[in-house]
Amino acid sequence: MTLMPDSASIPRTLPASAAHPRESPRARAHAAGTSGNGIVRALLIGLSALFLLVMVALPLLAVAAEAFRSGVGTLIEILKEPHVASAFGRTAVTAAIAVPLSIVFGIAAAWSIAKFEWRGKAVLAALIDLPLTVSPVIVGLSLVLLLGARGWLGPTLATVGIDVIFALPGIVLATAFVTVPLVARELIPLMESQSRHEEEAALSLGASGWSTFLRVTLPNIRWGLLYGSVLCAARAIGEFGAVWVVSGHISGQTETVPLLIESLYGEYRFDSAASLAALLVAFTIVSVGIRHALQARELHRRGGHH
Amino acid sequence: MIRPSRDSILPGFRLATGYATTYLGLLVLLPLAAVAVTATSEGVGGFWSEVSKDRTLAAYRLSIVGALSAAAINATFGFIVAWALARYRFPGRGLLDALVDLPLALPTAVAGIALTAVYSQDHMLGRLLGKLGISVAYTNTGVLMAMLLVSLPFSVRIVMPVIEDLEPELEEAAASLGASAWTTFRTVVLPIVFPAILTGLALSFAKAVGEYGSIIFISSNMQGGSEIAPLLIMTRLEEHDEQAAASVAMGLLLLSLLVLLTVNALQAWSRRRHAA
Repeated sequence: MTLMPDSASIPRTLPASAAHPRESPRARAHAAGTSGNGIVRALLIGLSALFLLVMVALPLLAVAAEAFRSGVGTLIEILKEPHVASAFGRTAVTAAIAVPLSIVFGIAAAWSIAKFEWRGKAVLAALIDLPLTVSPVIVGLSLVLLLGARGWLGPTLATVGIDVIFALPGIVLATAFVTVPLVARELIPLMESQSRHEEEAALSLGASGWSTFLRVTLPNIRWGLLYGSVLCAARAIGEFGAVWVVSGHISGQTETVPLLIESLYGEYRFDSAASLAALLVAFTIVSVGIRHALQARELHRRGGHH
Repeated sequence: MIRPSRDSILPGFRLATGYATTYLGLLVLLPLAAVAVTATSEGVGGFWSEVSKDRTLAAYRLSIVGALSAAAINATFGFIVAWALARYRFPGRGLLDALVDLPLALPTAVAGIALTAVYSQDHMLGRLLGKLGISVAYTNTGVLMAMLLVSLPFSVRIVMPVIEDLEPELEEAAASLGASAWTTFRTVVLPIVFPAILTGLALSFAKAVGEYGSIIFISSNMQGGSEIAPLLIMTRLEEHDEQAAASVAMGLLLLSLLVLLTVNALQAWSRRRHAA
């Protein structure tokens, strides 16, 4: 399968999956040979480093510096406030529901798209990308218009006594919406690049469909699955725009951690906001680190297959 | 690779496809349909009158021009980063590689706070730039910086695999025919990589144009000049004017679609021109 971007299907934007190792012998040959002389090389590396350090590293370091300045004490004080604890709880519950939902969807979508040929599968693949391109505010808006008090299903839900908007279910739905593509986009190219022979062999030997899936397919995709799940979890914890719209950001009742950071900032409690933000930064760095470690491990594992 | 046929012995097609399409339809398509219908609930005229208001147009202008600029800057620098990471081995390469992924995983509210920590007047870079007469925080330059940050990974991650897949034989052939490194780059490498750069640009644009969380911290968020489209949508919704909110949203989606289709057309044209 070629990774050449095609206008019909937006390729994965995440780090190249285990199916496409980056440390190929070609890349190494390139580095040695036809990539320009030393000055060009130094210039390009320098520019890249400068760009990334200023754009990415600097803001993150600034948050960390702010947090350190106020010290761990501020963080502990903040965590003691009741509405903060409830925000953490809400974030955790949301992620605990939305992430498995997206994982199950990702597996189903990848199975359908990667293992079978059928008309319309390109449409499904394109639709999966939709949440990536829609503004989070529009995501939130769409759910409010559908499920809010004045929305299509709002009155129906009200009679049943279910509160979706301005309540936890709405937050979960919004988070599920935005994380729909994350695992799928990781698994689809991965499963497409793996031949079906193993599964077919298992089936011909008498294994049931589920058994084949659990014992043959899952082990093959486990790193991509883990990879996608970590990104999915990070996104679920960090989602702001969509949750902002859907939750009504009511302090102590419908706030998640990112919303809490914003409200602290709005109250000019910059220290507290920065402390919480630093906590999330640490979490993000850990999750990116895990993904890179997984990837390096997968490259290493496939290194002998060239 | 032999393409699997529909009548394969692999089970679960109906289950997987049915589940995936139903889930997607209910969770994603149905709500988005509600936006389209609400936008036109007072007819196309109602949609149009909302969309053509000065405040709406100003918001579109800021979001779209900002996102395009950010996408263009990222396409340029992103390509340089992708080239350096794909072609060269140097100490710290792993760190830079990880830095590229951070904005994608970072919560947008955290990104927003981080940017103010750097660029507002009483902090580090903000103070320095202030002495030079440049203000970033609470200006549209700040909006641009936020858009740059969140869309950065797209321009790198899409281009990198294409650079890695370049066949050395092509460049060596050009060199053996006497082409300089620059000529080789311009005539051999660039045409192959260009479609990927455009795809990265399109995705960067799509991400930046809808961005909300990271921008509202650093923008002064005032209507008519520094109000991004997503914020306007939010405001209309808070005013309980659902039709207006949906209309602004619909307009933004349509304008973004227009930009993406243009980029697609550019890609197709570029491919035809340089068909191998």
